[in-house]
Amino acid sequence: MTQTIIQTSNLYLPTILIPLLPLLGFFINALFGKKLGHASGWIATAVLFGAFACSLFLFLNLPTGGSETITISNWFYFKNIFIPFAFLIDPLSITMLLVITGIGSLIHLYSIGYMHHDEGFSRFFSYLNLFIFFMLLLVMGNNYLIMFIGWEGVGLCSYLLIGFWFKNQAFNDAAKKAFIMNRIGDLGFIIGMFMMLFYFNSLNFDVVTIGALKLGMGNMTIIYITLFLFVGVMGKSAQLPLYTWLPDAMAGPTPVSALIHAATMVTAGIYMIARSNVLFSLAPHTLDVILIVGTATSLFAAVIGLKQNDIKKVLAYSTVSQLGLMFAALGMGAYESGMFHVVTHAFFKALLFLGAGSVIHAMGGEQDMRNMGGLGKFIKITFATFLIGTVAISGIPPFAGFFSKDEILATAFEHNKVIWGLLSFSSMLTAFYMFRLVYLTFSSSFRGTDEVKHHIHESPATMTMPLIILAACAIIAGFIGLPTIISHTHLFKNYLASVFAQSKLIMPAGHEMSHSMEWILVGTAVTLALVSIAFAYQKYVMQKHVPAADENVKGISKVVANKFYVDEIYNTVFVKPIMLLSDLFLVVVDKLIVDLLVHAIAFITNQIGRALRLLQTGHVGFYMFAMVISMIILLAVQIFVVI
Amino acid sequence: MLTLILLLIPLIASILVLFLKGESVKWFSFFATIVQLIFTFYVYSVFQNKEAAKSLLAINIEWISSPKINFNIALDGMSLLMVFLSNLLMPLIVLAGFNRTQERSHIFYSLVLLMHFALIGVFVSFDGFLYYIFWELALIPIYFISLNWGGVNRSTVTLKFFIYTLAGSLLMLFGFLFLYWNTNLHSLSWFDLTVNHICSCKQGFIFWMFFIAYAIKIPLIPFHTWQPDTYSTAPTQGTMLLSGIMLKMGLYSLLRWLLPIIPNGVAEYTPIAIALCVIGVVYASVIAIMQTDIKKLFAYSSIAHVGLIAAGIFALNMQGIQGGLVQMLAHGINVVGVFYCADIIINRTGNSNINSLGGIRLLAPRFATYFIIIVLGSVALPLTNSFIGEFMLLFGIFEYNSWAAIMAGLTIILGAVYMLRMYQKVMLGDLNENVTVFEDLKWNEELVLATIAILIFVFGIFPKPILELVEPIATEIFKISFVK
Repeated sequence: MTQTIIQTSNLYLPTILIPLLPLLGFFINALFGKKLGHASGWIATAVLFGAFACSLFLFLNLPTGGSETITISNWFYFKNIFIPFAFLIDPLSITMLLVITGIGSLIHLYSIGYMHHDEGFSRFFSYLNLFIFFMLLLVMGNNYLIMFIGWEGVGLCSYLLIGFWFKNQAFNDAAKKAFIMNRIGDLGFIIGMFMMLFYFNSLNFDVVTIGALKLGMGNMTIIYITLFLFVGVMGKSAQLPLYTWLPDAMAGPTPVSALIHAATMVTAGIYMIARSNVLFSLAPHTLDVILIVGTATSLFAAVIGLKQNDIKKVLAYSTVSQLGLMFAALGMGAYESGMFHVVTHAFFKALLFLGAGSVIHAMGGEQDMRNMGGLGKFIKITFATFLIGTVAISGIPPFAGFFSKDEILATAFEHNKVIWGLLSFSSMLTAFYMFRLVYLTFSSSFRGTDEVKHHIHESPATMTMPLIILAACAIIAGFIGLPTIISHTHLFKNYLASVFAQSKLIMPAGHEMSHSMEWILVGTAVTLALVSIAFAYQKYVMQKHVPAADENVKGISKVVANKFYVDEIYNTVFVKPIMLLSDLFLVVVDKLIVDLLVHAIAFITNQIGRALRLLQTGHVGFYMFAMVISMIILLAVQIFVVI
Repeated sequence: MLTLILLLIPLIASILVLFLKGESVKWFSFFATIVQLIFTFYVYSVFQNKEAAKSLLAINIEWISSPKINFNIALDGMSLLMVFLSNLLMPLIVLAGFNRTQERSHIFYSLVLLMHFALIGVFVSFDGFLYYIFWELALIPIYFISLNWGGVNRSTVTLKFFIYTLAGSLLMLFGFLFLYWNTNLHSLSWFDLTVNHICSCKQGFIFWMFFIAYAIKIPLIPFHTWQPDTYSTAPTQGTMLLSGIMLKMGLYSLLRWLLPIIPNGVAEYTPIAIALCVIGVVYASVIAIMQTDIKKLFAYSSIAHVGLIAAGIFALNMQGIQGGLVQMLAHGINVVGVFYCADIIINRTGNSNINSLGGIRLLAPRFATYFIIIVLGSVALPLTNSFIGEFMLLFGIFEYNSWAAIMAGLTIILGAVYMLRMYQKVMLGDLNENVTVFEDLKWNEELVLATIAILIFVFGIFPKPILELVEPIATEIFKISFVK
């Protein structure tokens, strides 16, 4: 019953090395971390560079538009369902591999400097390596179960890393919240898998795709499957209504926020939809749901971002907002544009987080922007690179964010003008709050204590090097996807073309937009961004406005600053009732009803025993009397009833 | 013959250990269980060779001619799995008692080994009457273990437990007698009963006789109220025996003595059974969330887990049955792990309230690592042992009814809620004032926990051998029961 495929491909070795190297790093650090000391950081980084090299090898050696399945083992089977442990190497997975291992290694390098004084140094790197291992499984698997292993595995690592400083119970709460919210999504993912197993008898991407194509457009089964998968995505990629864990996840060390909660893990949802693009294309209703959820999230998070004063929280809401933008792109069937934004966003958001980490490092742990200001003078490299990241995310040409964002906005304009308007507004807000962040942090004068001021210093080379490299990428990465008005070769789109080819056949192709129209759109987007930046400049640099202390915030600002009280609402609607129900079940059902019944039975038995005991008097006369009476009754029954 | 030896090793050991004193008691018991484990591997190797297995593994001698009762023991894949589970857990359970002082330890270990004997007996008996004897025999040692070595309030709790399960057993005995007189072969041999079904009209009635007996043992809602008290009162090794192996008697019996014997009765009442199981999963998980006593929390979590297994079995499809078998093994390992961790904490701090613990990870990082691995195993994280089982069980339930699967699937979320909440309160955070010293693991503790951790990963990463072991028997049960 087992099929054996002998691998002869020259891609076999590099493919299995990619996940194995970080796994090896994890074991080395987990087992010998204490003895290795600071060497563990370098080992963790080295294995990741190795994985990056292997990914590059795959990138260079995979034929254009080709794909290859590398089977490690026939993992297990039940009934007629075979689950292989196999990797799928195609342009989509290679794109993700390069992002994960590339940016991952830079963040590892950065962490060596950032975590230098932490007593959990080697533990930190073992978790990071483990995370990379699971993330790689997630994007490499050739079936949904392997993807799910990675999916839950990264959730675990996220849990471990958010709660890395486990002495602080608030951090532990954040970690637990992230894990549980993700598990709500995972239930959706699992149900989606069950439906696939039920209808297609397989979880392999290719088999499922073929099965789905047979069912055809708009089939209810596919709509359900995709909706359930999207529930999983909402958890992992922090979309409405399951997004609240991501801002809290900022409790983790900053490199973790950069790696997991900006560049890689949270984009897993986009990867999953892109990977299942045929299914989603066959389910137009699901795509509409995704479009609406994405747009709403993008806008909602951007609004909250306006009023945050914690430097990492601003970036967290910005991540949620940008993810929303990516989902909006997917919802319009523009899978390449969504993936393109994943890539550019990975560069500039990792850069921004690492930059924020460098600021926090300089400030000795301070994260409140109200206590910063004027840092541009002290930490020049951080300032310059951070500025590049901010310009990139704001959508100013020719930085990376401009190209990917522009593509999504152009698609939205064709698709639906309202969506375009909302997304443009959200982008405008993004430009505003990001420059608010920059101005509050780096310009005007320092607002903190003198003690902190003396401490301020530029970060070591291990930290600034990754910043510089990422900044370079944030400048140039956009050129792999030039808009048609500039060039007709969209490198990124061409590279991924084979992955989305089938979807393109199913979905109605949008007509080519006129160049003049596109120029107008670009002009509008850039103007809006510049206006926001000017507005932020006017408010925070010219007027030197500093956000008020928390207790002085009133009215609508207070509602926004408190994130629309969503956490409180969830607490009241879900958490509290479940706790109440728990007590109710225990006290009322378990103790009162069930146990009462049990005790009642015991009591009745006891009472019957007591009553019958009275008959055992020991008087022989009474016994004989009873016997005679009984015999008479039996006789009477015999005579009158039976006859 | 080999099966008989499997049965005799613990029995002889349980007698011999009575003559020993002091530390040698533990070493001897450990030695006996290890011998038994090694012998199990040998039996497994024989089992693989189908031809030799038949003659070597089965014994069928007439015991009483009228009523016809045979001493019929044998091994099939399912029995072997359960025997393997018991024999795997036994050395760990014995080892857990090292470095602990215990009064009259020779009697204690004699009872533990006697229990082992009875449990193996339950799993290898193929005659209803013999099976019933072992089933009841298993109750006696655990009764004395809980009564003599238990915690606060032990006599009330143990009495409740004893009467509760005995009441169930009586129903089963009645069921067996009814089967005996109402089938035309007048035999309680499993092989006869599975071929020669009782009239469908009477199956519904028999179903409840057996179902209630098993529901109490497993336990399923609403027959569970003996369990949390008993688990938290019994000495830890007793709890391990109860939760790790003894409750598997109930689940095993569903597959052995209920599904193939009265298939029509089962088919008729499956909706009710599944509903009870699924409600139980959610109900017990919700209760576990607010539990403050660590052992009670694990007890309720165990109710949720076994409820899921039973639900999968009652879904009456291949993946449900196969998943149930795999999950029995996984649950046995994990539950022994969590109760041992609870015991280590209670033993060190004298405190079982999770609100007055905390920060233990700071003092005992090695213990914290093992504990989190076991916690992850019980929340069925992929690549741990319970993931594949839970996946197949839920898929089995899904095929039966998708809403039931979503309901039961809540265990994925709720399990994470109560387990992580517990772990956070007990292990993380700053040191609680009640926890000033917490010695990291002793050698025997580390050995037990490391073994469990390794098993969690080995079965999680390589599920295929276990799936293949149980596949033929799952197919067979499925065929006997449901392919007309």
